[in-house]
Amino acid sequence: MNDMSCANRWMGLLLLIGIATVLLGTAAGSQGWQAWWLAGGDAVSQQIVLDIRLPRSLGAWLGGALLGLAGAVAQGLFRNPLADPYLLGSASGASLGVGIYLSLFGGNAWAMAWWMGLGLTGAAFVGAVLAVLLTLLLARGVQQTLRLLLAGVVVGVVLGAVTSMISLLQPQVQQAMQGFMLGSTAFVGWSACITLAPVLALCMALAWVFARVLDALTLGEATAQSLGVPLRSARLVLVGVLSLATGAAVAHMGLVAFVGLAAPHLVRSLVRTTHARSLLLAALMGGALLALADVMARVLFAPQELPVGVLTAVIGGGYLLWRVYRGSGAGGVR
Amino acid sequence: MREAWRWIILMLWAWVCAAQAVTVLDDRQQKVEIPQAPQRIVSLLPSLTETVCTLGACQRLVGVDRYSNWPEAVRAVPRVGGGLDPNIESIVALQPDLVLAAGSTRGADRLQALGLTVLRLEPRTHADVQRVLRAVGQALHVPAAESERTWQSIQAGVQAAVQSLKPQARGQRVYFEVSPTPYGASEASFIGETLTRMGMVNILSAALGPFPQVNPEFVVRAQPDVIMAGDSSRASMVQRPGWSGLRAMHSQRLCVFSADDADTLVRAGPRMAEGARLMATCLNRAANPAAPSGTKP
Repeated sequence: MNDMSCANRWMGLLLLIGIATVLLGTAAGSQGWQAWWLAGGDAVSQQIVLDIRLPRSLGAWLGGALLGLAGAVAQGLFRNPLADPYLLGSASGASLGVGIYLSLFGGNAWAMAWWMGLGLTGAAFVGAVLAVLLTLLLARGVQQTLRLLLAGVVVGVVLGAVTSMISLLQPQVQQAMQGFMLGSTAFVGWSACITLAPVLALCMALAWVFARVLDALTLGEATAQSLGVPLRSARLVLVGVLSLATGAAVAHMGLVAFVGLAAPHLVRSLVRTTHARSLLLAALMGGALLALADVMARVLFAPQELPVGVLTAVIGGGYLLWRVYRGSGAGGVR
Repeated sequence: MREAWRWIILMLWAWVCAAQAVTVLDDRQQKVEIPQAPQRIVSLLPSLTETVCTLGACQRLVGVDRYSNWPEAVRAVPRVGGGLDPNIESIVALQPDLVLAAGSTRGADRLQALGLTVLRLEPRTHADVQRVLRAVGQALHVPAAESERTWQSIQAGVQAAVQSLKPQARGQRVYFEVSPTPYGASEASFIGETLTRMGMVNILSAALGPFPQVNPEFVVRAQPDVIMAGDSSRASMVQRPGWSGLRAMHSQRLCVFSADDADTLVRAGPRMAEGARLMATCLNRAANPAAPSGTKP
């Protein structure tokens, strides 16, 4: 069996798992498993299944796919297996956006009308995008990978510190901030799905177009340059994809840990293929992972619900550690 | 003839309005319309739960957050998660016609998007407590006079606590610790306002915001005469550097409140008067440390 058909099979399988998990999600209720097809068709159960469980499961899948895609792009672009979607400061930017929003709202009197209309989601998205722009400004563009990485880390630390300062000066926002940091899919509705789906389609298409640049990059920057790929424009677009995908996911679900880091690794451990396929596989893997984690978060301790970020951190982190431990003899995590 | 019809329609409209729909202003300055007296209420904040019960609508609560524990009757009401992580599905399944929630939580937005009536109220000061009491009263279609009476009795209770203070107990410098992180209650909080009415001096000024995080050194420098804190703070207080040298710690001028009493004290709701009584009792004792600690007025 060659790599191509192997990749195709995995694609089909992951898509199936994703669909199955989303459907399973419609039966995972606040009281544990509850099959909707047995519950009868009264209006409230219908609303619960169609307006709460379905968009939530679908949103978790879409968000996971965005994070998986962003992770794969980041790891390809920076040629670093430790790269994750939050690398360019988008996570801390989103937290800062939320922090500022909450502290303004807490103050109440001088909360501006447009800022209120923006909502928590908008604030997180604006924060994430502004943070990435700041990183790009500090790194003076996208030409130098190392400078970009360094700028991302610095922006992350500085914005994180500003966020801590806000939550110190305004203790009432601290708890809400904590809820955001943990990441949760509980508040995802149809409106979130409607924004996440086109963003995913757009990001996937753009990443697909520049996938062969990522392939060339695996040979090193100098070689890629000599191969004549449009490195400069590709970097710009891929950084855009990275920040848009991460910003959209973070805005709707908070900081979900490890999905973006683990999905590309999982894909690489399953199949070796070109970036055009592995990007798609990483997105499908991320979606399946987060949708599965979301179902587990709901039913494990029902009626109590776990924040999904806690679950992904435990499962994803545990899996990665296991891979590192097992793989240390045979090439390690790539 | 046309004139008569217009009059009839106008009067009918006025009657419908008077009998039914109520518009309440929430913390976001948004108008929330409540068409008729709600029969199925979910409350996501303990002080709002207490307000509903004080206004005599306890039996209309169908769901409360996991921290609501007063009065006794709400312990039997189904729990629907916490204020920050409400279980959206459980709440919708309860089919409430009114959801009471604190300030800005994502949960409240989501519930509103699902078609529920959500009223956001978060009391932090005495004035807030009055405003929230009025708003909840309006929302419950309780006559305004009754909310007013409830507020007057809370006020009278606070006043009685203030007057129960002995002259020598007044003017003490107080540090009130809300949580062991440590967060304190400043003059701007409702706890601070009560202390000010009692003639106490709060070591945390209003400029710091209602519940500022406190540097332990600040308290050592300020040397409060009395320290008030919940049971959870007691263990960590002794270990803080320099605190063993505090006069208040030395002379045992401490008010350590049990978990239940601490709940009463830190919730800005209808039990404010009881909180004031607890503080007055302790302050009287602190002013006269020689007396055996069991004496209570």
